[in-house]
Amino acid sequence: MPPHLVRRFIKPLLFLLCLVPFLSVVWRALELGGTDLGANPVEAVQDTFGQWGLRFLVITLAITPLRDWFNAPWLVMLRRMLGLFAFAYVLLHFLTWLLLDQGLYWSGILADIAKRPFITIGFAALLMLVPLAVTSTNKMMRRLGKRWKSLHRLVYLISLLAVWHYYWQVKADVREPLVYATIVAVLLGWRAFKAARRSHARTASSLGRVRDGSERA
Amino acid sequence: MLIKRPRPGDTARIAPSEITPERVYVSRRELLQGALALGAGAAAPALALGATQRSLQFARNGRYSTDEKLTSYEDITTYNNFYEFGTAKGAPAANSGRFKSMPWSIGIAGEAEVTGTFSLEDLLEPHALEERIYRMRCVEAWSMVIPWVGVPLGAVLKRFKPTSKAKYVAFKTVLRPDEMPGQRSRVLAWPYVEGLRIDEAMHPLSLLAVGLYGKTLLNQNGAPLRLVVPWKYGFKGIKSIVEIRFTERQPPTSWNLSAPHEYGFYANVNPNVDHPRWSQARERRIGGGLFDSRVPTLMFNGYEQEVASLYAGMDLAKYY
Repeated sequence: MPPHLVRRFIKPLLFLLCLVPFLSVVWRALELGGTDLGANPVEAVQDTFGQWGLRFLVITLAITPLRDWFNAPWLVMLRRMLGLFAFAYVLLHFLTWLLLDQGLYWSGILADIAKRPFITIGFAALLMLVPLAVTSTNKMMRRLGKRWKSLHRLVYLISLLAVWHYYWQVKADVREPLVYATIVAVLLGWRAFKAARRSHARTASSLGRVRDGSERA
Repeated sequence: MLIKRPRPGDTARIAPSEITPERVYVSRRELLQGALALGAGAAAPALALGATQRSLQFARNGRYSTDEKLTSYEDITTYNNFYEFGTAKGAPAANSGRFKSMPWSIGIAGEAEVTGTFSLEDLLEPHALEERIYRMRCVEAWSMVIPWVGVPLGAVLKRFKPTSKAKYVAFKTVLRPDEMPGQRSRVLAWPYVEGLRIDEAMHPLSLLAVGLYGKTLLNQNGAPLRLVVPWKYGFKGIKSIVEIRFTERQPPTSWNLSAPHEYGFYANVNPNVDHPRWSQARERRIGGGLFDSRVPTLMFNGYEQEVASLYAGMDLAKYY
């Protein structure tokens, strides 16, 4: 895919697509077209944003493996935007909880973050996303140099925390959290596999040199 | 207080349900004059009842009713936890269409002089139906106000003459994976089972409900017969009951089996004892809208005066 096509068409189109979950919430909140948010609108909004936050995290995490599997280097051009949408939806999820669900009831909010493990890890994941969003600009990439990549590997931990947060939140039906866990495991597993292959290749090639040398002698 | 206390001449007072703005409810009420008794199959067409739904004839029980604003019929019938039909809140309304609640019979078993299988009609026949407006507090920290129609559980149980060995009452939901798609996945160990201590079961607040908003229960609400114990979390209110058994030992209960550290046998509403994963101090009243704030949860869901004596001397943090 030529870069100008990605920049001019695919990226703007994907941007609009990424807005759809947000717009659907607004649409239902305004009860347009006979829709509504159901019996528990706060829960509906919070769940929708949380679900999409997790989905965008997973989609962002999928870019590298998809690029490798389908030989599609242009996919990487979409990664920053997807990551920022993940952050936006996670932030909306958190703000819905803070403002609409808890109504800025601080004693309850602080107690929940401190005492409820699933909220603690969700909050931790949100906090870790902040530096990634802040350092997502070209300028910050240049400034951080090699350290940028190390910093942004935090997303591996964030994705695990996000799935865990979801797993712990459901009462008994863990099937859906397990689907996410499986996908994240595959996406992280691919990276681990690649890293292992690289280090194996390095070891093999250095061993090979030694062996070649001894054979020649 | 939120609960109406009995007063002399109480029967003449206007029930809270009569001043509710619920349009459907009022229109039903007017139509009900010269009404249909339980078991009379014909439904007034203007009521827009479901195919198997019927109007009920009942007396209002103001003594045990709250005057809080009722949750709408739509919310009560579309936002449900009834895992037999799926785990999403909308699943019971969406997936319970094939469930057949008629005819229905209930097995009475265990430590009682009279046991056997009884049709729903025979089980209820000697009792007058009552309407009671109860708060319903889910363990997930949301709540509703529901005008149930039913009979006092204790009065029904007494007819079977429980023996001195009957220390507990165990309830069982029907097992029909063909009609209850949720039972095809092992989210919980089916069939759903629940239980009460005998004094809890005999408490005048405990209700066997057959309807709400003056109509028979829809499948998603536990048709045709369900338990309502308003001072306990909603999961104690077992639905579509097929067996009631008097036992000497404390019976197993489904959520306690599933996650013993999270759900106890007693499951009394208690704002001071948190669920390990969320606070129980405040609750969200269903129907309030996007900008409605939570309200404080009351001890025993506001029925403290009626039921606290059942638990005198018990450590409620231990027996949660």
